[in-house]
Amino acid sequence: MLDDMTKTLVEESQTSATGSTGMATRTTCPYCGVGCGVLASFDDNGARIVGDPDHPANFGRLCSKGSALGETLELKGRLLYPMERRSDGALARISWDRALERTAQRFKQIISEHGPDAVAVYLSGQLLTEDYYVANKLMKGFIGSANVDTNSRLCMASTVAGQKRAFGADTVPGCYEDLDVADLVVLVGSNAAWCHPILFQRIMRNKEERGARLIVIDTRRTATAEGADLFLQIAPGMDQALFAGLLIYLARTAAVDAAYIDRFTSGFDAAIRSAKELTPNIAATTALTGLREADVGRFFELFASTERVVTAFSQGVNQSAQGSDKVNAIINCHLATGRIGKPGASPLSLTGQPNAMGGREVGGLANSLAAHMGFDPASIDRVRRFWSAPSVVEHEGLKAVAMFEAIAQGKIKALWVVGTNPAASLPDADRARAAMRKLDFFVVSDNTRSNDTINSGAHLLLPAQAWGEKSGTVTNSERRISRQRAFLPSPGEARPDWSIFSAVARRMGYAGFDFRSAADVFREHAGLSAFENDDARDFDIGALAQLTDADYEELSPTQWPHRAGEAKGRLRFFGDGGFFTPDGRARFVSPKTPSMATQVSKPFPLRLNTGRIRDQWHTMTRTGASPRLGRHLPEPFVDINPADAAEFGVTHQGLARVSTRWGECVLRAHVTEAQPRGHIFAPIHWTDETARQARIGALVAPYVDPISGQPEAKATPAAIAPQAYAREGFLLARKPVAFPRGEWWTRVALAGAVGYRIASDRTDQEWLAFLAEESSTDDMVEFRDEQTRALRVARFDGDRPELFLSLGQTAQPWDASLAIFAENGLAGSQRRALLSGRSEATSDDGPEVCVCFGVGAKKIQAAIQEGCGTTNAIGERLRAGTNCGSCLTEIRSMILSQRRAGGEL
Amino acid sequence: MSKPREQWAMNKERLVIIGAGMAATRLVEELVARAPGRYEITLIGEEHALPYNRVLLSSVLAREAALDDVVLKPARWWQDAGVTRIVGRKALCIEPGTQRVTLDGGEALSYSKLVLATGSRAVRLPVEGADLPGVHAFRDLDDVRALGALGAARRRVVTIGGGLLGLEAAYGLAKLGAESTLLHVVDRLMERQLDAEGAALLGRLVEEKGVRVRLGAQTTRIIGRDRVEGVELADGQLIQADAVVFAVGIRPNAELAAEAGLKVERGVVVDDGLMSSDPNIFAIGECAEHRSQCYGLVAPAYEQARVLATRLAGGAAGYEGSVVSTNLKVSGVRVFSAGDYLGGAGASRIICSDSRMGVYRKLVIEGDRLTGAILVGDTSGAQDYLELIRTGADVSAMRNALMFDLPSLKEAA
Repeated sequence: MLDDMTKTLVEESQTSATGSTGMATRTTCPYCGVGCGVLASFDDNGARIVGDPDHPANFGRLCSKGSALGETLELKGRLLYPMERRSDGALARISWDRALERTAQRFKQIISEHGPDAVAVYLSGQLLTEDYYVANKLMKGFIGSANVDTNSRLCMASTVAGQKRAFGADTVPGCYEDLDVADLVVLVGSNAAWCHPILFQRIMRNKEERGARLIVIDTRRTATAEGADLFLQIAPGMDQALFAGLLIYLARTAAVDAAYIDRFTSGFDAAIRSAKELTPNIAATTALTGLREADVGRFFELFASTERVVTAFSQGVNQSAQGSDKVNAIINCHLATGRIGKPGASPLSLTGQPNAMGGREVGGLANSLAAHMGFDPASIDRVRRFWSAPSVVEHEGLKAVAMFEAIAQGKIKALWVVGTNPAASLPDADRARAAMRKLDFFVVSDNTRSNDTINSGAHLLLPAQAWGEKSGTVTNSERRISRQRAFLPSPGEARPDWSIFSAVARRMGYAGFDFRSAADVFREHAGLSAFENDDARDFDIGALAQLTDADYEELSPTQWPHRAGEAKGRLRFFGDGGFFTPDGRARFVSPKTPSMATQVSKPFPLRLNTGRIRDQWHTMTRTGASPRLGRHLPEPFVDINPADAAEFGVTHQGLARVSTRWGECVLRAHVTEAQPRGHIFAPIHWTDETARQARIGALVAPYVDPISGQPEAKATPAAIAPQAYAREGFLLARKPVAFPRGEWWTRVALAGAVGYRIASDRTDQEWLAFLAEESSTDDMVEFRDEQTRALRVARFDGDRPELFLSLGQTAQPWDASLAIFAENGLAGSQRRALLSGRSEATSDDGPEVCVCFGVGAKKIQAAIQEGCGTTNAIGERLRAGTNCGSCLTEIRSMILSQRRAGGEL
Repeated sequence: MSKPREQWAMNKERLVIIGAGMAATRLVEELVARAPGRYEITLIGEEHALPYNRVLLSSVLAREAALDDVVLKPARWWQDAGVTRIVGRKALCIEPGTQRVTLDGGEALSYSKLVLATGSRAVRLPVEGADLPGVHAFRDLDDVRALGALGAARRRVVTIGGGLLGLEAAYGLAKLGAESTLLHVVDRLMERQLDAEGAALLGRLVEEKGVRVRLGAQTTRIIGRDRVEGVELADGQLIQADAVVFAVGIRPNAELAAEAGLKVERGVVVDDGLMSSDPNIFAIGECAEHRSQCYGLVAPAYEQARVLATRLAGGAAGYEGSVVSTNLKVSGVRVFSAGDYLGGAGASRIICSDSRMGVYRKLVIEGDRLTGAILVGDTSGAQDYLELIRTGADVSAMRNALMFDLPSLKEAA
């Protein structure tokens, strides 16, 4: 299973593990839901991060983001001690004692005055299961409110809802191994090549080694689509129509598993009837989905004729006002063919966060109680007894969007946000931000001193441990529980989240929060999962309820369920029925007629899709610190089809103002055929910390799926127009600067500098004044060209450049300047070399394609021209693509386009 | 091909040159190279010394060049060139009709061709006390000796005039040990070569060299009974001084030509052939006025000398004026200025500066052409810029590289 690259990494990591620096720590990556194992070590030379060759999620591989984890561990900007907002608006350090006391008292006071539903906790898929558990126990068992929700609501609530409806529980039937042994993989609404690179590599290896086929269904021609045998560029919102059409086709061609349907399911006939109304035939499917009949036919035929088929899906399915229906439309086809929970045959949801699954297991969502139990009387009673809880909540709480609406309406008066940034990530984020300002009491537990949420008037900041410092468990997309272990010293006064929740609970006077360790919490969590379970609930890790502290420390990755008495966890569910509905049968759920929550209109004629990019994760609090990761796509951007660009006057690499009914952003326009006509795409990663006017959440419509409560984040009606600035350029600084209002900027982590891309209408004089204010000396060198309006200014502290500004009529490249800026001793005419924008020492390598080895496009193009005709050949020559493989599709398409240009194709 | 030398000898023309400075020397040099022996050349000079490089006098004052270094050509060279040198004598009048020049001893020389290379003299301000003992100019070897003595005696010396010459004099004096003050009536130094920013930087750099600079200082009177005691300014201030050096400008020595009836404006008016209003009389150097322009720099004089030599040798050449450039010779304070250094309404500027390192560079571009340049502190590329200004080459394609790496700069490196 191990390829050469992995072996190299293994050897390297073993060297390190046996070296004088001590053993490497086995932990898991803090990014997406793949949950890759990581070997981490830390010494005076910094952190060393490699893939864990023994972890079954990744077998030693890491993607570009995981590989760069070592660059993200600095303490710059960290919240290191509790802080309280003073009356003048500034934050001041306070003691933990005061912080905990104040939190407990304010919550108690507000609950006593307005009832338990006047308080809420908003959690994060990046919290550990133990953190989730204590927060959930406190709220639902003792405070007595189910106003506990999480950013996972924005990410995978529709999958939860769809699985609950079909299976009677939020159960992931399959596992990653299915991707290795499937003969057909269908990816729906998933840019796995960028967002789940390690799983995508497993699919691609299956393709190469076993000849598996890959079909990609997406509205955008993504990097993932580039690797597909068949790409279906579907009309947005029409996934149900495609899968309803498939269901009809399967029934018509007798590809269904009648025995499975008969023995283990119910509602098939109704599902067929409903699907027939929507898509009686391929032509009808074609009409709705906007696909070519031949492509639809080929997809149906391949699906029907391939026993081992995995349909993996992600945000393109979930983030929809009909996301639950989309999930069920997919599951229907797997139920109908009995291809579920069998090797290489299953639906598989790809989760976006490292522990969204753990949150679901705990029940850290407003519509679940605890440990995969709902609000039925039996469950409520069971949980009350297990917790000895006086006031277990008996009804669902408010889901994320509704929760912030209740805050806006003043119904919720106290909020505790933990490890997430709703002022950036929620739909209609400006309204969420305004709502938070109205709170009577607003506490934030986080790693950072400043983000959009904290700056929305948080009264109290509680410093939490970050990845590498905290210890506990996470669950990945295949139900695999892995340990996250600390390998860094805990900085300042930071504490684990579970311990903060416990301390507040104790001060509120509640019993049952005397946890001494994460292991303590985990045992109780495992105990609850097994409590009066008797195989009635899918989530049961009773086998782990008696772990000693040492066992917990050594815990190997294990899948749930892992029931007491069993030697190991279970790989798959439902291959032979055993659903968690009252009658034990799976349900076919008929999707409603596809429709969008919003309509395009004359003022907003386009639809705005949002998503991730390859080298950033969420709001960049961690990835944004890595110079390597900043290189791929350094600026917030909007992808737009050439025809739309022409119609709206937007130019490639120009700036564009994107607006919706809810907000507006200014983004770099990327004109690309990959984007369908009528639809634009913008990434979610930038916030007010990293850019001016690029907080995409502010543009997203707040309409949700009625069942899952997940917002339709990928189809907001939008307008686009060119946004002209007199000049563009960049600023290199040693530390973050405070820009004057009205300037467009975005921050990029660089080696030895903080970089800002800038667009500006300011005059030279205004800029010089700004630089003077930001500078500690008045020592500067300056270059101006009145005609081209070029302005380049470097300010020095001794021989060390402190600030360097470069402005001109077009965007200015900064690679050469950065190489000089990075020098600490510049003397004589070298000082002015910085102004030339050129450096003999650095060669312009073009945009970075392979982040792992820092290989640029120009180098790769040259190698292709010199005869490297395969990705392997490129890998041998330049090492590009041989580590994380995230860039292989890009390299492949470079080879293809060169061959096309050469007339070979 | 050239005519045999014997032929010329039979009817040798007599060439008389009045003035024995740099222009005259260069003319002889060029002419002898082109047409050796064609003329019987006589050189008339007021100074006794061999013709010397006046430009180097500042360096001599500052002890950065030796006296011997300034001599342009040794006596032997003049002999070999067959030139008759008349030294310490003054030409009193020219008679164009009879083609004769009368010297101060009454002796007359006849000429076939006469060249005026009389140069210019320092202007003294028309203020009270301007003729007191202790008031100097900075023009010739005698001045250098006098100023050198003042410096060595650590006297208080006030130099009036913040142009090229005044700066060099004040710097030289300061370097020698004098308490050197530079007064300039305008609010910035070298205003005819520098813009405000370049001048301000120059002022700072010169002050760092020990010269006290006072701008906007209008001299109203030089005080002293028997000799200089101080300088009074328009604002009433009094500056104590043991000596005053005038460096407020030069005036072409054109009186001789005027008295001879030649056309004279500021200088001796010449055409593109350097010919005065008399077809046998020519003028070059600082005494000449060409296209309403009198030059005070050596480069135009040399260009004129070359053109005139070519013509006198029977060749075809024309002088169309010079693009002038200024080089300040103050050690460690390099200043270059050329062309339209300010730039008019249609011009745009490229500026690069490093205040701490004392560097200010400005290029002026009009249309597609480089039309002017100021370089202070770092004068690298000066000759390339001058060449671009002279040729009027299209620089639009190299605009972005113009300040930092001109192709020729790189080749030279």
